[in-house]
Amino acid sequence: MQLDILAALNRSRRERRAAVLVTDMESGAQRLVEPEAIGVDPLGPVLAERLAQGRSGLVEADGRSYFLSIHVPPVRLVVTGAVHISQALAPMARLADIDVTIIDPRTAFATPERFPDVRLLPEWPDEALARAPLDRYTAFVALTHDPKIDDPALTAALRSDCFYIGALGSRKTHAKRLDRLREAGFGETDVARIHAPIGLNIGAVSPAEIAVAILGEIVATLRRERAERKRAA
Amino acid sequence: MLASDDDILREAEKWRRAGKGVALATVVETWGSAPRPVGSHLVIDEEGNFLGSVSGGCVEGAVVTEALDVIGETRPRMLEFGVADETAWQVGLSCGGRIKVYVEPVN
Repeated sequence: MQLDILAALNRSRRERRAAVLVTDMESGAQRLVEPEAIGVDPLGPVLAERLAQGRSGLVEADGRSYFLSIHVPPVRLVVTGAVHISQALAPMARLADIDVTIIDPRTAFATPERFPDVRLLPEWPDEALARAPLDRYTAFVALTHDPKIDDPALTAALRSDCFYIGALGSRKTHAKRLDRLREAGFGETDVARIHAPIGLNIGAVSPAEIAVAILGEIVATLRRERAERKRAA
Repeated sequence: MLASDDDILREAEKWRRAGKGVALATVVETWGSAPRPVGSHLVIDEEGNFLGSVSGGCVEGAVVTEALDVIGETRPRMLEFGVADETAWQVGLSCGGRIKVYVEPVN
C-alpha cells in the first residue's frame, strides 16, 4: 500500500466518511474510492452494494480478482444524562468498540470523576447536537428522565438519520413524551423510531443490567439492519 | 483494551512516517468457522512488533515471519492457512476453518 493511500484512508476514517479500498489481487494496484466517486468508478455497482452492506470481500470483474476493503465509520453512541446507567453503559460500549459521548448540562452529574475517559459535554443537548449532528452511524439514547434535557435531544435525533433512538421511562412517561413530540409536529412514523421501553427485554433490574439491555438492543439494530441489506442485495 | 481497526491503520501510518519498514496483513477470504472476519488487519514493523489480529492468535506468528520478508519488497504475498495445510500442527486453525491472508508492504 502506498503511504498516501493509507493516509487518505485514515483521514476518511477520522472525519467519519465511508470509503472503499480496491486492490487488484494480481498487480497489487490500489485505489481509494469515496462514496461520491462510486458512480464513476468502473466497479461502481458492486462497490455501492458492498458499501451498503458494510461487507469487505473478493469480487471478480473482467477476469480479474479484486479485494474490496469496506470502511464505514465506527459506531458512535450519544447519551443524554450523566446518570448511573450511563456510568455502566459507557465502559461497556467502549469495549464493544463504540465511541461514547455523554451530554448533560447539570455539571454536578457530568464530572470526569464519575466518567473517567469518556467524552463529556456539560451543556444543553440542542447546542451540543447542533455543533456535532448525529449521523447514520450513530445511536442516541435519552436517559435523564427530564423532558427539559431529553426532549430537545430527541427532537434533534428524530430529525437526523441516526440508526437507533432509545428513551428511558415507564410506558406512562413515554406516552406523555410522545404527546409532546406529536404536538411539536412529529408524525407516527417519526415517533415509532424511538425504542421505548428502552433495551432488550431481559428482565434487567440494576443500572448495569439495564445498560446491558440497551447495548444489546443497539447491537441488534445495527447488525440486523446490515444483515437485512445483505439479504435484500 | 483491544486494538480497533482505527488504531491499527493509524499505527501503520505512524510507524511508516517514523521511517520504519511496515507491512499490512488483511484477511481477504475465509471458509468455515474462521475466527476473524474478512477485512481484519494485522500491522507489522521491521522489528516484528505487531498490532491487530487475523486469526485470534492461531497463525499470527507465521504471518509476522512472512511480513518481515515482504517489508522492503514491492510485491505483496498471498498466504493460505487451514487444517488441510501440511504445517497444520504448527500453524493451522484449530477451529477447522481456512483463511487467506494478503500481506503487502507499506511504501
